[in-house]
Amino acid sequence: MKKKTASMPKKNPLSLQLDISKFEKANDEEKFLQQRMRESTTFFKDGMRRLAKNKLAMTCLIIVVFIVLIAIFVPMIYPYSYEQQLGVTAGQSVDSSYNNLKPFEYGETELKRMEEGESIFPHIFGTDSHGRDYAIRVIYGTRISLIVGFFASIIVLIIGAIYGAISGYYGGKVDLIMMRIVDIIYSLPDLLMIILLATVLKQTLTPVIEGTGLEKLGVGMISIFIVFALLYWVGMARLIRGQILTIKQQDYVLNARSIGAKGGHIIRRHMLPNCISVLIISTALQIPSAIFTESYLSFLGLGVNMPMPSLGSLAAEARSGIFTYSYRLIIPAVTIFLIVLSLNLLGDGLRDAFDPKLKK
Amino acid sequence: MNEQKNLLEVKNLKQYFDVPNGILKSLKLKAVDDVSFTIKEGETLGLVGESGCGKTTVGRSILQLYKPTAGEVWFDGQLIKSKKSISDFRKQAQMVFQDPYSSLDPRMTVSDIIGEPLDVHKLYSNKKERAEKIKYLMDLVGLSSEHATRYAHEFSGGQRQRIGIARALAVDPKFIICDEPVSALDVSIQAQVVNMFEDLQKKLGLTYLFIAHDLLVVKHISTRIAVMYLGKLIEIGPANDLYHNPIHPYTISLLSAVPVPDPNIARANKRIHLEGDVPSPLHMPSGCPFRTRCPKATEKCAESMPELKEVQPGRLVACHNL
Repeated sequence: MKKKTASMPKKNPLSLQLDISKFEKANDEEKFLQQRMRESTTFFKDGMRRLAKNKLAMTCLIIVVFIVLIAIFVPMIYPYSYEQQLGVTAGQSVDSSYNNLKPFEYGETELKRMEEGESIFPHIFGTDSHGRDYAIRVIYGTRISLIVGFFASIIVLIIGAIYGAISGYYGGKVDLIMMRIVDIIYSLPDLLMIILLATVLKQTLTPVIEGTGLEKLGVGMISIFIVFALLYWVGMARLIRGQILTIKQQDYVLNARSIGAKGGHIIRRHMLPNCISVLIISTALQIPSAIFTESYLSFLGLGVNMPMPSLGSLAAEARSGIFTYSYRLIIPAVTIFLIVLSLNLLGDGLRDAFDPKLKK
Repeated sequence: MNEQKNLLEVKNLKQYFDVPNGILKSLKLKAVDDVSFTIKEGETLGLVGESGCGKTTVGRSILQLYKPTAGEVWFDGQLIKSKKSISDFRKQAQMVFQDPYSSLDPRMTVSDIIGEPLDVHKLYSNKKERAEKIKYLMDLVGLSSEHATRYAHEFSGGQRQRIGIARALAVDPKFIICDEPVSALDVSIQAQVVNMFEDLQKKLGLTYLFIAHDLLVVKHISTRIAVMYLGKLIEIGPANDLYHNPIHPYTISLLSAVPVPDPNIARANKRIHLEGDVPSPLHMPSGCPFRTRCPKATEKCAESMPELKEVQPGRLVACHNL
């Protein structure tokens, strides 16, 4: 460009004559600069952009991430463990000064060591009636509750999605029979079923899992997962079936059949991607409900095995000292409240962001 | 012309649907009733008729998207019936859909939409070959290959229909069923797409079954035209003959409804208005389905359905009163 202008005759600055150099043909490089290709937005990016605009949902997301990070990492670095009874040392009598400490109080031996100049990590929430640090028990209980919530939702998602997709896709008699099974499961009183199953499973499973890694997890936990796998997928299955029935009528499914695609291919490539938003939303809303269920089961004594804590069992234990140590009930209760509330609000935000019918 | 072999033969195709009517009872909806025709290699058969007369169902039944109630479809000398023959058939016969908005999956990129037939029939050995084929197909239908990573909703109707056509061409078919491919597009785009169909036919030696209700478009693109009324084929013949000299009373009134872009001629032409409505396909009139509205109907028409008879060379008409 510059070279060419230099070869032009010099122009009088006051002349009104047109500057010819401005009318030269653009070369390829300049043409390329004029191209404005908008970044092609994917469905996921588009949804995330809308989610990021929702302040309430983002706040909840931050709270959830914060709680998850604490639940994962704090037990790794914390000086006490959830099952360690601080007053019990091998070969000595139990030091009862460690039991029922108030927040930021210390046991007798700890006070002695502090006088000698040692620094001791404080018991932020005090200790429980067995002399175990309460803060780590709450954090560990949160971890357990989150694990239950997350994996139970995954189980529900997998079973429900596959069942619903098959029922909706094949339709007709298959659909009729599969949906009647769902109706039957739906009409069972779930709390009764859970109590029954938990009792029966406790009897049968205890000898089976003895000595394996599952023993530490406890029969209660396993039966919670089984209960979810047996009972709670039906809502998801119905939802997915409804979606699949709508998508099945779409022209692009007929189009895929016309090129010779088989059932599996159509379900994988067309149907599931097109109901992914429903999957995301309902899973996000399933997690808090699973945490809630786990909490009240643990509260009723059907949950995790002692000494392993969960938020529900911590609250249940705290009932005995409800007037003297009311904070022991309040702390796990507030934690459950925070997790469930923020996950629910986050789920609502996801629905607003990913449901194409609510697109703004 | 006569030397060309028949690529597709449809013999006595019937497609009935059950419509529930009360508990455990159902009525037969005769969407396609005893339709037979042939398509020669390299030609275009236009299929016309009013809405709901079963044109689309004919196309879908040929492709075995619905299981035909009765009748045979022969393609290239092979009966399309067994699973093997259907899956082979689908590599050679493709379909372009009416609505370019709903017939493309909104969650797939253009390259995935066009590449899907290649995936289904495993027509490539590596990813590079797949990408090259997609690029070639996009060039073929006049799309910029830079748009391969975009989603279908980012395109206009005409461009979407081009995507649909590229997809149909992906398996290198011999025969394409065009199910009202231009009726959802506006007129200027219609012309482009119709011309593209013609170019592709010349370039790739394709055979079309072109379903439409726009008679002008059909006349422009077709070698022969078939007219349907209430699931039955009533007239078939070379495009120009049929257009200028319709024989069946229904075809005559159908052609009189074609708008003429010249007000003087349009005023001189008398439009034939048919009496009454199209009968419900659930309660078909006896004999000829058109008799309830036909100006020439006689008692004989109520008794039996007229057969397709050759009245002039290459022209078949189903009417008693000729």
